[in-house]
Amino acid sequence: MAQPFVKKDDDLDEEEEYSPFYGIEKGAVLQEARVFHDPQLDARRCSQVITKLLYLLNQGETFTKVEATEVFFAVTKLFQSKDTVLRRMVYLMIKDLSPSADEVIIVTSSLMKDMNSKTDMYRANAIRVLCRITDSTLLTQIERYLKQAIVDKNPVVASAALVSGVHLLQTNSEIVKRWSNEVQEAVQSRAALVQFHALALLHQIRQNDRLAVSKLVTSLTKGSVRSPLAQCLLIRYTSQVIRESSTNTQAGERPFFDYLESCLRHKSEMVVFEAARAITELSGVTSRELTPAITVLQLFLSSSKPVLRFAAIRTLNKVASTHPLAVTNCNIDMESLISDQNRSIATLAITTLLKTGNESSVDRLMKQITNFMSDIADEFKIVVVEAIRSLCLKFPLKYRSMMNFLSNILREEGGFDYKKAIVDSIVILIRDIPDAKEIGLFHLCEFIEDCEFTYLSTQILHFLGNEGPKTSDPSKYIRYIYNRVILENATVRASAVSTLAKFGAMVDSLKPRIFVLLRRCLFDSDDEVRDRATLYLNTLGTDASVGGTDEDVKDFLFGPLDVPLVNLETSLRNYEASDIPFDINLVPKEVKSQPLAEKKAPGKKAIGLGAPPSGPTTVVDAYEKLLSSISEFSSFGKLFKSCSPMELTEPETEYAVNVVKHIFDGHVVFQYNCTNTIPEQLLEKVTVFVDASEAEEFSEVLTKPLRSLPYDSPGQTFVAFEKPEGVPAIGKFSNLLKFVVKEVDPATGEADEEGVEDEYQLEDLEIVAADYMLKVGVSNFKNAWENMDPDNERIDEYGLGVKESLAETVSAVIDIVGMQPCEGTEVVPNNSRSHTCLLSGIFIGNVKVLVRVSFGIDGSKQVAMKLAVRSEDPEISEKIHEIVAEG
Amino acid sequence: MDCCPSIKNVLLLDSEGKRVAVKYYTDDWPTLAAKLAYEKSIFTKTLKTNARTEAEIAMLDGYIVVYKFIQDLHFFVTGGDDENELIIATVLQGFFDAVGLLLRNNVDKRSALENLDLILLCLDEIVDGGIVLETEASVIASKVAANSLDGATSLSEQTISQALATAREHLARSLLK
Repeated sequence: MAQPFVKKDDDLDEEEEYSPFYGIEKGAVLQEARVFHDPQLDARRCSQVITKLLYLLNQGETFTKVEATEVFFAVTKLFQSKDTVLRRMVYLMIKDLSPSADEVIIVTSSLMKDMNSKTDMYRANAIRVLCRITDSTLLTQIERYLKQAIVDKNPVVASAALVSGVHLLQTNSEIVKRWSNEVQEAVQSRAALVQFHALALLHQIRQNDRLAVSKLVTSLTKGSVRSPLAQCLLIRYTSQVIRESSTNTQAGERPFFDYLESCLRHKSEMVVFEAARAITELSGVTSRELTPAITVLQLFLSSSKPVLRFAAIRTLNKVASTHPLAVTNCNIDMESLISDQNRSIATLAITTLLKTGNESSVDRLMKQITNFMSDIADEFKIVVVEAIRSLCLKFPLKYRSMMNFLSNILREEGGFDYKKAIVDSIVILIRDIPDAKEIGLFHLCEFIEDCEFTYLSTQILHFLGNEGPKTSDPSKYIRYIYNRVILENATVRASAVSTLAKFGAMVDSLKPRIFVLLRRCLFDSDDEVRDRATLYLNTLGTDASVGGTDEDVKDFLFGPLDVPLVNLETSLRNYEASDIPFDINLVPKEVKSQPLAEKKAPGKKAIGLGAPPSGPTTVVDAYEKLLSSISEFSSFGKLFKSCSPMELTEPETEYAVNVVKHIFDGHVVFQYNCTNTIPEQLLEKVTVFVDASEAEEFSEVLTKPLRSLPYDSPGQTFVAFEKPEGVPAIGKFSNLLKFVVKEVDPATGEADEEGVEDEYQLEDLEIVAADYMLKVGVSNFKNAWENMDPDNERIDEYGLGVKESLAETVSAVIDIVGMQPCEGTEVVPNNSRSHTCLLSGIFIGNVKVLVRVSFGIDGSKQVAMKLAVRSEDPEISEKIHEIVAEG
Repeated sequence: MDCCPSIKNVLLLDSEGKRVAVKYYTDDWPTLAAKLAYEKSIFTKTLKTNARTEAEIAMLDGYIVVYKFIQDLHFFVTGGDDENELIIATVLQGFFDAVGLLLRNNVDKRSALENLDLILLCLDEIVDGGIVLETEASVIASKVAANSLDGATSLSEQTISQALATAREHLARSLLK
């Protein structure tokens, strides 16, 4: 049939465009389609026209409703022809036109005739076409034939019926489910693909019946599945069964594991890989189970076929996230893949190596990665950057080479997401690795010199404002920041002004010079920039012009906004312009979740620039400021630690109270944050009566009442206790909220003159040993451990009895001692039998404490623990043991 | 994962990324524009790779794409993120070899377009609605060729037995490798 095409385009043949469809046009082809109506059908010509129509459709051309209907009716005429080629093309055309229900009726009888024809090719194709366009009423008519077709001895016909069954199951599941017996028979077929299609359909019919699927798998895994594709399916179903049964039979041999393992020796690579992948994805897979799978994947790594290498490395990459040790055997093979022609494979190899690598291989890896970064796509680069970030946190000593790497790639071309990933990584490293701070900040400064993304610039400027003034030489950052004021758009300029002001406020020596710069900003073309500059100049400038002390001003300008933004927004919306100025103190501070508690949680959740920089410290700073502003507490000395707030009331009660425990060397202060949730009440003279009878070593020294507590505006009352200096005294305190309640007229907001005394029982609170421990991490535990005098080491063993799991026990012990887990050792790998956790902290009296605690669990879930403590003071080491023994 | 391996699309593009024949089996790319954008993206991203001797593989936009080039034709098969890469590769190889058999090893854009009917039938015999129908190139080719037997069309000089002989030869060669 090629002949006529070529002839037609003969004159164009010499030209560049030699397509037989050159210059094809929909209208003309539709005209040509009239040949379908000829009484004397020219089969070959008709085929050509259909090919042209299909070509048009394939190129994305669409037919209007009218055109499609016209073509469809014309095509149906072609069933008269006996030409097989033409018939096949007609089938294709009907499928591509996807006719509507009323049109389908016209071809149904022709297709049903073909379904029962003697030519197998007709039968198979007619089944597929008919099932594609059919609806449920028609389906019941042809159901009988389909059932027959499923068990037909011609594999092509059987496959056609089975595959159609899979499609029909989505829409007509009731009918297809009735074919179960025939499908079951087809599973035993000798034809490879029939078996595959039958298995797929059978499983889908039974997928909601766990027991049936389990039986199916049990019978088939004994052998008799021949086709590799069917074998792959069976592996998937097997792992599904394993997954569902694993909940009740945790101990002992995993069912069907033998089958999966035997598939690793299958002659088809497809099956071997499917089995290996299934094994690695088993929940709670043990290293013994993993080994054979890893071994075959390792062989694939050196295959000549890119697809095999890719499949293997991708699977290993996933395994490395959970079982890095299992993959280390493949490290050499993976290193050779870094230079793989296929960049996807190379990227996966790199990131896998980063997950499995050890400290000594880091430098070499970084060198290899640098060469390779320039020629991969952004999405791969982000993956690499993230892998490097976690590696750096794992090996903090290597920060220098990784920081350099990050800054180098920051200078190269890249999209926003990529740049953001790098900047986020640098920020996290600065935060977690103190040594890396100065170079990190310097790299960020360099970056904003030539940064096209406003968002990143402003975020970095904000971060600089917080971190820069605390460095050894803050002045060197000023140039970078002021350059922004000169060169950037208004948004960046405004945030640069704020950053400058922060430097001015925090570094006295820079103040005069900063003021010169800020004054220049007064002539900026943008309102916001000018406003900010004016504000800062007036508040910071002349001594306490706006009121309050220097501290107040700084707190006002840069302190964390202690009202939730949502609440502020609502209050501002409700504010009606009047003579009374808007008072931010009237904005409710309570949100559903405690903002302080949120920030305080030192989780890795709030990472990146979006999170408040150095969250934990600012909160502590805020507490410190708050306490030092209360003169009564000034004699207590330096605040050692503030615990996170603890609720003393049930949620949604009349009065919400939480307590923050502030630990000083010789004192403890309870800060009760109270909120009145009743609009009709005004509370006055709010105090908490604390009964310390169960805390013998504590004696109350003073109470600071809260004068008034209006509706929905939190206030604080304090109670201070004296305790033996430097001693981690513990005790239990019961609390009673006492106050004078006054009725408030909701209409006028005025309170009655007379009040009634009332009290409200709060929950008890405890001072525990962990309260005297400050969570402070060390970057290199091993070094720190070895630098500590071994004579101060105390080791003891504890039997902890039966525990649910190791992970739970580890986190319980961490909670008891209240120390910071180091090097990610708080995470217990799934199913491991033993674990060592490294903890560090500072005990009251500024004593550094390091703890190495090893856990072991046996078959009967008995947990044993070995606790080794080193600290600067042997008595403290003893004390830690006491704490643990009591806890 | 628990369901049947599925193919998202099979694409045959020319050396400029234009369509020769394409077939989509899912709604992942609902509009023509989305389809064309996807084709352009995989075409440009794979253009510089050497996928002429062995099928290559890439991960793009969360899909696995296995591809192979010959002359001015680019063959692509796309599967889902968690699909067994080797199954996708087997489908590609089936398509690729079947086209080779049908075009009698004269595989280029021109002969593909001149025999577009065979290519379209070939696609139809490999995957049905995303489900793999057949992966053995010689079987696919014989199914397509069986149709054109009486038609005395472009395969006229080559009977089905010849086609099968070529297929066997192919097989023997691949075994000897």
